[in-house]
Amino acid sequence: MEKTVNQRAWLLVLPVLVLVAFSSIIPMMTVVNYSFQDSFGENIFFWVGLEWYQELLRSERLWDALGRQLLFSFIILMIEIPLGILVALSMPKKGISASICLVLMSLPLLIPYNVVGTIWQVFGRADIGLLGRTLSDLGISYNYSQNAFDAWVTVIIMDVWHWTSLVALLAYAGLRSIPKPYYQAAMIDQASRWNVFRYIELPKMRGVLMIAILLRFMDSFMIYTEPFVLTGGGPGNATTFLSIDLVKMALGQFDLGPAAAFSLMYFLVILLISYVFYTVMITIDKDEAKQ
Amino acid sequence: MSKNRHPTKKSGSTSIPRARIGALVITLYLVFLLVPIYWLIIMSFKSNSEILSTFTLFPDNFTLKNYSTILTDPSWYMGYVNSFIYVSLNTVISLLVALPAAYAFSRYRFFGDNHLFFWLLTNRMAPPAVFALPFFQLYSSVSLFDTHIAVALAHCLFNVPLAVWILEGFMRGVPREIDETAFIDGYGFTRFFTKIFIPMIAPGIGVTAFFCFMFSWVELLLSRTLTSVDAKPITAIMTRTVSASGLDWGVLAAAGVLTIIPGAIVIYFVRNHIAKGFALGRV
Amino acid sequence: MASITLENLAHSYLPDPGGDHDFALKEINHIWEDGRAYALLGPSGCGKTTLLNIISGLLTPTSGRVLFGDKDVTVSSTAERNIAQVFQFPVVYDTMTVRQNLAFPLRNRGMEADYVSERVEQIAQMIGLEADLHKKARGLTSDLKQKISLGRGMVRDDVNAILFDEPLTVIDPHLKWELRTQLKSLHREFGHTMIYVTHDQTEALTFAEKVVVMHEGRVVQIGTPKELFETPAHVFVGYFIGSPGMNFVPVSVTGNKAHINGNTIDLHHDYGNPQGDILLGIRPEFVRLSKSDGLPVQINRVQDVGRHKFINATLFDIEINISANEGFEIESDMIKIEFDPANIGIFRDNWRMNGKAIDQSNGGTV
Repeated sequence: MEKTVNQRAWLLVLPVLVLVAFSSIIPMMTVVNYSFQDSFGENIFFWVGLEWYQELLRSERLWDALGRQLLFSFIILMIEIPLGILVALSMPKKGISASICLVLMSLPLLIPYNVVGTIWQVFGRADIGLLGRTLSDLGISYNYSQNAFDAWVTVIIMDVWHWTSLVALLAYAGLRSIPKPYYQAAMIDQASRWNVFRYIELPKMRGVLMIAILLRFMDSFMIYTEPFVLTGGGPGNATTFLSIDLVKMALGQFDLGPAAAFSLMYFLVILLISYVFYTVMITIDKDEAKQ
Repeated sequence: MSKNRHPTKKSGSTSIPRARIGALVITLYLVFLLVPIYWLIIMSFKSNSEILSTFTLFPDNFTLKNYSTILTDPSWYMGYVNSFIYVSLNTVISLLVALPAAYAFSRYRFFGDNHLFFWLLTNRMAPPAVFALPFFQLYSSVSLFDTHIAVALAHCLFNVPLAVWILEGFMRGVPREIDETAFIDGYGFTRFFTKIFIPMIAPGIGVTAFFCFMFSWVELLLSRTLTSVDAKPITAIMTRTVSASGLDWGVLAAAGVLTIIPGAIVIYFVRNHIAKGFALGRV
Repeated sequence: MASITLENLAHSYLPDPGGDHDFALKEINHIWEDGRAYALLGPSGCGKTTLLNIISGLLTPTSGRVLFGDKDVTVSSTAERNIAQVFQFPVVYDTMTVRQNLAFPLRNRGMEADYVSERVEQIAQMIGLEADLHKKARGLTSDLKQKISLGRGMVRDDVNAILFDEPLTVIDPHLKWELRTQLKSLHREFGHTMIYVTHDQTEALTFAEKVVVMHEGRVVQIGTPKELFETPAHVFVGYFIGSPGMNFVPVSVTGNKAHINGNTIDLHHDYGNPQGDILLGIRPEFVRLSKSDGLPVQINRVQDVGRHKFINATLFDIEINISANEGFEIESDMIKIEFDPANIGIFRDNWRMNGKAIDQSNGGTV
């Protein structure tokens, strides 16, 4: 569809600009400002230039948190994307059972993040939780607040529990949009189930899967509340992801300068990766529009 | 006739076992989703002493006491009221500003449109943790700290870009001939937009409203940072009470259950559009 | 290749069909002869796609049998039937090249690579795709995509029949004719049994040797285009074929005379003394305006479409269409019409009656 050039469209965008500028640009400026200064108590600031950045880049704290963050995002994408596709392929195609599935599956998506944390905190406890109790009855040692590995497993399962439905819903929407003749043609061509998936379903889901990966990457990269409630970033720093570390620094220790520098680098990493995704997505959009 | 000559076989000889595998996968997945929620729900019907002393799959002594604690104590239930107020405010604001902007993006080319669109999206990518402190300072400096509007505006950071994105996807699906016909028929832009266009994308608006509602409802970090008493959301009250009162698990569970209910209700109404919404209108 | 026999075939989409109206496809017996080109013609919702899907095995009929040659394939899967189908909207595997698309059915059947590539080249040449073999299917125009789906069907040398489900719907008008011509020549050259579903009579009449006309789930006539035009078996065929359709006038009939409002029309056949709903049917091409003879009419409007003139007139409250050659001059005192008795059909309760031929020298005009 050809769009017409109309500069007055800016007027329509103006309210959004004003609002987002207020809630994004002004706070961003403060962050940038802080990142170049040091403060001693009440509103006394010194210009320190790039010192915070250099210090952060040298410190292991940022690198460790970034490493944990990347590992976490990578693991949950590797689980949630294939699992979501599998669930979408298994969902009933129509009727009341499809509606029930949709509603039940969406349920975890609508639970406040800290309640998600609470649910798994309770669920995993050996004294009062079904999961923790069952595992300890089976003689498996499991304690997410003491053991780093258990904490990781729990945080990952929690995220899979919380967000796989998002991937599944997107993939389901993609599958629903495939016209029936594609399947009929595949039957006539004697395509195997795998080939139907490989050559019909997967290509047709590509667009929505890109969105799913983008959303899941962004949101997992910003994850804060759920692991914070569950483990508080522990044991030790085992589940201290970037956001948890940042909040600790900014609101806990009130280290404004380093926290601000941290914030900007954090944001830049997300922007960079998301920009790549976005560019790929737009290309696909255009590709499909061309057909 | 010959109907029974062959055993009935639907096209594709493996389709029946495959359907069974599908049903098995979906059942296992739903069980995985629902068991933790079930655990929360039955806990909310147990007394704290029963939770701590015995381990049962059903409450021995079914009690509504946890719920009555919440629903009779203003410091608890005002949390729900506060949450509802800022969530509704946020939804209305997001829709009001996003509608014209989404229309502009879906219909016109203008100077810097692509950059602007991506810049909007970057705000969806901004970690709330980055904004927590600057927001706190910003809203304190304009005396909006601990007000509903502060939280509503703060949540616009991620909801407005999302609303623009979803609405733009839905609006793209409306043929431009509709606009042109209306303009030829002498409709002014405002009248066309409110009388013709908005009703046409009503499902899209419904889905967008749902997503704004949902993301504002589930967010904790910003809403907790920007409030102390008067506008404190239920989610923040939950965390506070847990740490202060020596862990009354029953009340905590009941409060959690009560935060799930609104979502469960609204999702029923948008169930047929929700996938399209998650796909940002691009299916 | 084989003939396709439909035996007492019927289909209902309801789990427990009761009366006739529950059936999307009412009982049908028909043999599609090997190597012929058929068109399945009817309006939307007449059951033609249902019938096609039963033949291709995408649907299992509620009752009756489908035979390919002597083999009962009623419950066989689509793959076992060795048929090919071209759908309304082009179905291609987007991520594959044209070559991979054409090779796909053969690869799935585990054919040898040498045979596959040889066969693909051969088919590509036949349907004019050899220049595009290396291209991705995704970027091609819809007519090329339709050629690919046709090619995927033809690439198998054991294909029993090629089915077309309104294949030209999304094709640009100026390419439709070209594709149809190509289909016809492919048919002549390779002699596949072809069944072509369409709601467009021009497509059906130009493509097929035999046209099967369907109406409300029932086959109302099977015949050559000429037969459909000259002797429609059912009122619906009269309406549906021809443009404008056949004129129908309620009459009463005794022997070889039809009566309408006190006027008598001579017929070439003796129909006895039929009871029920009697209609006289005549094509616009066989109605002639005149000044003096025939039935009185009132002319409403005249439409000049180049080689023809269409005249719309009213005969005793009934609209009549008349088709005249371009040279025919219409004068203001032409207030009568005559029917060519050789081309009159008499219909009872919507079905054509077979009258007894009478000795022409005694009766009507020649």
